[in-house]
Amino acid sequence: MPTLIKDGAIIDNPWHTVQKETELAEALDAVEDHVIVPFSLWQEHKGELGESGKTVGVWLDSDDDPYELAYDAGDLPLIALNFPVFRDGRAFSSAAILRGRLSFKGELRAIGDVLRDQLFYMKRCGINSFELEDGINAEEALASFNDFSENYQSTIETPEPLFQRR
Amino acid sequence: MYKYDDYDHQMLQDRINQFREQTRRYIAGELTEEQFLPLRLQNGLYIQRLAPMIRVAIPYGCLSSAQLRKLASISRDYDKGYAHFSTRQNIQYNWPKLEQIPDMLAELAEVEMHAIQTSGNCIRNTTTDQFAGVAPDEIEDSRPWCEIIRQWSTFHPEFAYLPRKFKIAVCGTANDQAATQVHDIGLYIKKNAEGEVGFQVLVGGGLGRTPVIGSEICDFLPWKHLLTYLDAIMRVYNRFGRRDNKYKARIKILVKAMGADAFREKVEAEWLHDKDGPATLTTKEVERCRAYFTDPDYEVLEDSDAGIDEAASRDVMFSHWLERNVAPHKVSGYRIVNICLKETGVAPGDITDRQMEYVADLADKFGSGEVRVTHEQNLVMPDVRLKDLYTLYEACKSESLATPTLGLISDIICCPGGDFCSLANAKSIPIAESIQRRFEDIDRQKVIGDLTLNISGCMNACGHHHVGNIGILGVDKKGQEFYQVTLGGSSDRTTQLGKVLGPSFAQEDMPDVMEKLIAVYLDNRQDSETFLDTYNRLGMEPFKERVYANAD
Repeated sequence: MPTLIKDGAIIDNPWHTVQKETELAEALDAVEDHVIVPFSLWQEHKGELGESGKTVGVWLDSDDDPYELAYDAGDLPLIALNFPVFRDGRAFSSAAILRGRLSFKGELRAIGDVLRDQLFYMKRCGINSFELEDGINAEEALASFNDFSENYQSTIETPEPLFQRR
Repeated sequence: MYKYDDYDHQMLQDRINQFREQTRRYIAGELTEEQFLPLRLQNGLYIQRLAPMIRVAIPYGCLSSAQLRKLASISRDYDKGYAHFSTRQNIQYNWPKLEQIPDMLAELAEVEMHAIQTSGNCIRNTTTDQFAGVAPDEIEDSRPWCEIIRQWSTFHPEFAYLPRKFKIAVCGTANDQAATQVHDIGLYIKKNAEGEVGFQVLVGGGLGRTPVIGSEICDFLPWKHLLTYLDAIMRVYNRFGRRDNKYKARIKILVKAMGADAFREKVEAEWLHDKDGPATLTTKEVERCRAYFTDPDYEVLEDSDAGIDEAASRDVMFSHWLERNVAPHKVSGYRIVNICLKETGVAPGDITDRQMEYVADLADKFGSGEVRVTHEQNLVMPDVRLKDLYTLYEACKSESLATPTLGLISDIICCPGGDFCSLANAKSIPIAESIQRRFEDIDRQKVIGDLTLNISGCMNACGHHHVGNIGILGVDKKGQEFYQVTLGGSSDRTTQLGKVLGPSFAQEDMPDVMEKLIAVYLDNRQDSETFLDTYNRLGMEPFKERVYANAD
């Protein structure tokens, strides 16, 4: 079971993540009442998912366009961003777009190949929950949020760049 | 020069601690090779053919004498007593020990230096003209803008896992010495009719496997929008740059595929959101950065010196040096001095610990305590009094630092090549040396005149071969090293990419090939034409005919 860190605390994960190419019926069959469905499934069955009685979140793969959630981001409780491999940095931009452009206020979660050494940058881009790969020490991962005391840029977490505060 | 404040120091210290811990975890087996790879690369650490290599950043090529002394002592204490200046104005150590790297980094931090983002798929060291701040033809000093970009790009959380490496150059002088047009982003500083500073923005230039000259996507970007516009470019690239093929992952491929107009539209659409947002630059911040790059206290001096003229008339090597290595300065009675690191028999860009310390002493004694590194792998002392030139020349000579051939055929840009680099297909240093030996006679070099000769040991083009008037590329043919020649490249305001001369040559043939190319030029040149002028007028044919005359 992967460890979940949310808003700086290790918590139990109430959400079930539905894999790609899962049929709607099977997705709704999950025992959990919180499901994160792939973007394609959600696009196709938005209505049914809304009436299913489940709490529904959406996960975007790194090549999905976050702007396609422009009209729905406000209603979603959770959006997850998948890192198919940790080197694929597209989700950092997806996070910044969801938070910065689409004003998404819900839980923004990193899933997939999420490494401890990236958590800090993810947080700066507005991701606030992290599904850690097995084998990552959660306490150490928590500590890594303090790796840096400051940053130069304007980020989602700190919109004022350092030069405005210097 | 820029001075770190508490924030800069703290972030650098945080990074050192972070990387020390990451290195420990890697050595302890807690991080896999694959996981450690981007972490070590973003801290400048390569695993090379013979040993690790660490590349230390020299932000926009500016060094203080104290920093240069530290680079010298590090080369002595952790390496073999020498180091190599790269074509990215950085310095490389070829023989450090992995477990000592964190200590090296801690020592570098003492003089406000580091190896952050000198490698890996992130925004690399921003480069600029080596004469910034002292050039007579300067539109605007590029260094404060480079520093602003340095801070913005350092630890940028959104752009640390880009499709590929990313290089930015800024040019604030009429004569472009920064190869601006062959960068992922090239910024030409301009002033509008009101005298306000802005940037002409080029994107998608680059060398490597597919050389491309950058396309203009903005004619005049007002200065305050610099960072928000850069963020928009980076975001478009991060999202849409190819990740399926390392050789098609640079921004130039994306810009080519989309077309510059479509790329511009995407950037503008993205930019709209952030334009005038919190990252918009302020006069206060620009003035803060400018305040670090003020002029030294120049003396009021005549712009001529009888003693120097007299020395030049009796010391012919000094007169060569004066003519080739000394450039005009914006202030009367001062000159810019180039120290050419291309002595025959020494790998281009290599320098010993002792030479570094010596140059640092000279910079304190004769200059403003500052040294610049050029992408041609030479050094610059930006503020030397005209009247001190002969004394300085003599001092340089005593440490083999007075090679008087800047910009001539022996002033070769050359990557480390197959002798050091694990990416190389062929050696490059021995080629450079064989050509330097063939053209050793300085009078002959001066007859040939201005010529850029650039050598890369592989398609990655660290030696910038595409933009050399003559370019040489090492290629591998069935396990044998061969060399392809290109002609007509240049990297100034009228950047041109060289064209391939024809079939490649064996290593031992290279000096003869050069000899023939030069002969075609000398036989055909008109008036004061340079090699490039003659090539541009005549085209490839006569060169091709001569070189391949007795082939087959």
